[in-house]
Amino acid sequence: MSADANEALSRRGFLAISAATLGGVMLAPGIRLIEIAGARAPEQAASKRVRWGLLIDTNKCAPGCDDCVKACATENGIRSTGHPRTDPQWIRKVELKDPRSGRAHSAPVMCQHCEHPPCVDVCPTGASFKRADGIVLVDRHTCIGCRYCIMACPYKARSIVFQEVTDQNPDVPRGKGCAEGCTLCVHRVDRDQQPACVEACAKAGHNAMIFGDLNDPQSEIARRVAKYASTQIRADLKLNPGVRYQGL
Amino acid sequence: MPPHGLLRFFACLLLALPALAFAAERTPKPFIVIDKPGQCVEAAEIMRREHPDMLKHQRDRTMREGIRTRKYSLKECVECHAGAKTASVIGEKGFCQSCHDYASVRLDCFGCHASKPKLASGAKP
Amino acid sequence: MAQSCVYRELGGTSPRYWGLLALLAVPLALGAAAYFYIEHFGHIVTGMDNQIVWGMPHVFAVFLIVAATGALNVALAASVFGKTAYQPVAPLSALVSVALLVGGLALLMLDLARSDRMIVAMTHLNTKSLFALRVVLYNGFLATVAVYFWFMLERRMNRYIKSVAILAFLWQLVLVTGTGLMFGFMVARAVYDSVLYAPMFIAFSSAYGTAVFILILLAVCNWEERPIAGELLRRLKNLLAIFAGASLYFAALFHFSKYYLARSHEVGQFLLFDGGVYTALFWLGQVAIGGIVPLALLLRSRVSRRTVAAACALVVLGGVAQMYVTIIGGQAYPQILFPGMAESSSFFDGEIHPYTPSVPEVLLGLGGAALAAAIIAVALRALALLPERLDPTAGPQA
Repeated sequence: MSADANEALSRRGFLAISAATLGGVMLAPGIRLIEIAGARAPEQAASKRVRWGLLIDTNKCAPGCDDCVKACATENGIRSTGHPRTDPQWIRKVELKDPRSGRAHSAPVMCQHCEHPPCVDVCPTGASFKRADGIVLVDRHTCIGCRYCIMACPYKARSIVFQEVTDQNPDVPRGKGCAEGCTLCVHRVDRDQQPACVEACAKAGHNAMIFGDLNDPQSEIARRVAKYASTQIRADLKLNPGVRYQGL
Repeated sequence: MPPHGLLRFFACLLLALPALAFAAERTPKPFIVIDKPGQCVEAAEIMRREHPDMLKHQRDRTMREGIRTRKYSLKECVECHAGAKTASVIGEKGFCQSCHDYASVRLDCFGCHASKPKLASGAKP
Repeated sequence: MAQSCVYRELGGTSPRYWGLLALLAVPLALGAAAYFYIEHFGHIVTGMDNQIVWGMPHVFAVFLIVAATGALNVALAASVFGKTAYQPVAPLSALVSVALLVGGLALLMLDLARSDRMIVAMTHLNTKSLFALRVVLYNGFLATVAVYFWFMLERRMNRYIKSVAILAFLWQLVLVTGTGLMFGFMVARAVYDSVLYAPMFIAFSSAYGTAVFILILLAVCNWEERPIAGELLRRLKNLLAIFAGASLYFAALFHFSKYYLARSHEVGQFLLFDGGVYTALFWLGQVAIGGIVPLALLLRSRVSRRTVAAACALVVLGGVAQMYVTIIGGQAYPQILFPGMAESSSFFDGEIHPYTPSVPEVLLGLGGAALAAAIIAVALRALALLPERLDPTAGPQA
């Protein structure tokens, strides 16, 4: 009897153990998936498994609304000096009008974070670079202020800082003489937050902008891009930007 | 005076110039007052010698790879070392500035980096 | 080199020469002051903004650099293509080339918004960047021409001249092609976006370089009565005429193709007709003053030194006008993000961007040109680079 009980226990035990292991093995990939989409530990480097992107539905973009522009300026410490021609602008609302049909709409345009960025190609010192996860940035330690990236960018995304900057946001170093542009709020993204423009648009209820990982098929942005038509600005240049638009 | 005498005179003058270095009252002394209690991330001797390399190494890891560990982060340095009254590490008695003035080494960081800790600069937390 | 040629340094009395240097020191000092002024306050004190990021310093710098590569043509004609008539003036040609290049490169470096990082610029090179590659190419060009110089002046090395000259020639071609493509490969800007920039800049560099070279040659010969053979002058003027003609051809081809093709018709229209100052500078400056009038002056069978000098000066003026249209005009025309749509924004999308050159920029640009001239003046005084006589009694067979 005891032998039977032992055997049954050990069989049950064996089954229990194998069920647990099997369950663990099956869950583990799920746990890993959550790891990619979730917070990245500070000591981990950015990974090229991820490709950050934006999806902007211009049908929800009201002409004259510039919540995203204001949020960007506040977050990144960009203050107007009263000289718009020399002030940097990281994001702006472009008002479009079709001269033939008269259709008018607007779209926010910022650095498109291309897969093949011309600014990275032309930068003589390599200060303009693309991070592994697709965010295109300027390394201000090496930028010499030659402005070639500004010349080469098809989207007029970059600006040069013409005057001294004070009272920077400690998360966003920026200063005189260096080129700069939208960073996709990399300091927020690395903390698992959304870019300021996206957050402001959502907070105001317009919900025109979505941010996420284009490489993750489970993310909202990837699902929408797979389901609805979206375009890239100047797609003919074959730069494959990470920012996509609907309704253009 | 004969020409070579004149030359000797000026040579002596030139050689005496280093004496000016001893005009100690005009040399700005480093103002090392640390308002926040606690220890720095490394010992003072190590920090004095190694902080440029630490920052240079860390900056590439943060900038290019996105590694944002806090130990050698410049932001954390500023948080701790900003003076209590000026809330800055630069300026006349700034922690970074006064030492760099004394050593006569140009401080390039704060052209771009915030010299004040987070909330003091008025930015969103 | 012909043994009967006696080379001599720039002569003239000391006060006269120092007077020349003092004259050159004025734009040099003003240029230096302008540089420090811009570096201290930031580029806000210039006329540049976020729409026109490359201003007058670039116009001057690119002109000097493009002319530099072409100025070597006369020497290369002698050493590579065996035109012995040019041999006596080959060292001067090499000197002018080096001086113009140094002046232009100095201007580029000084116009950086972070010029304190020049060392970074020279030590961090992005291999995919044409700009970075040009840094390597220019320094290599300077080194090659320096070696060429040495072989020309050192009698024992004369027999190796041809090999280094061929190297310099190939290097020069790659260099000007790179300079042209730096603009031509910027597909984002409608005024650029054309591989034609490469051969066009080769033609421009030959024209501007030869023009500057002839001007320097005539100036030196005027300075102290060194006679020039009519034959040499005739050859040089014909050379310049060929290059000016080639420049006109490529400019015509470029603008015609922009205007003709539907996808670039708007910008073609802008450059040729609607561009205001750019249209005026193109037709009046580049075409008329820089092309047609010099050709008319040069294509006569007998020309005086004065006419040749005038034609050269006009080609130089036309060249500066062309650079202005290319560099500033290319930025004034906006990037087209949404083809076919009318764009407007707070960042000046969709509009022609205005630009007014500021005084510091122009002074900086002139300072760069003065630097080139100063290098030539000092080198000619220190080294014997030009023969005493360039006429048939002393020179080689034409």
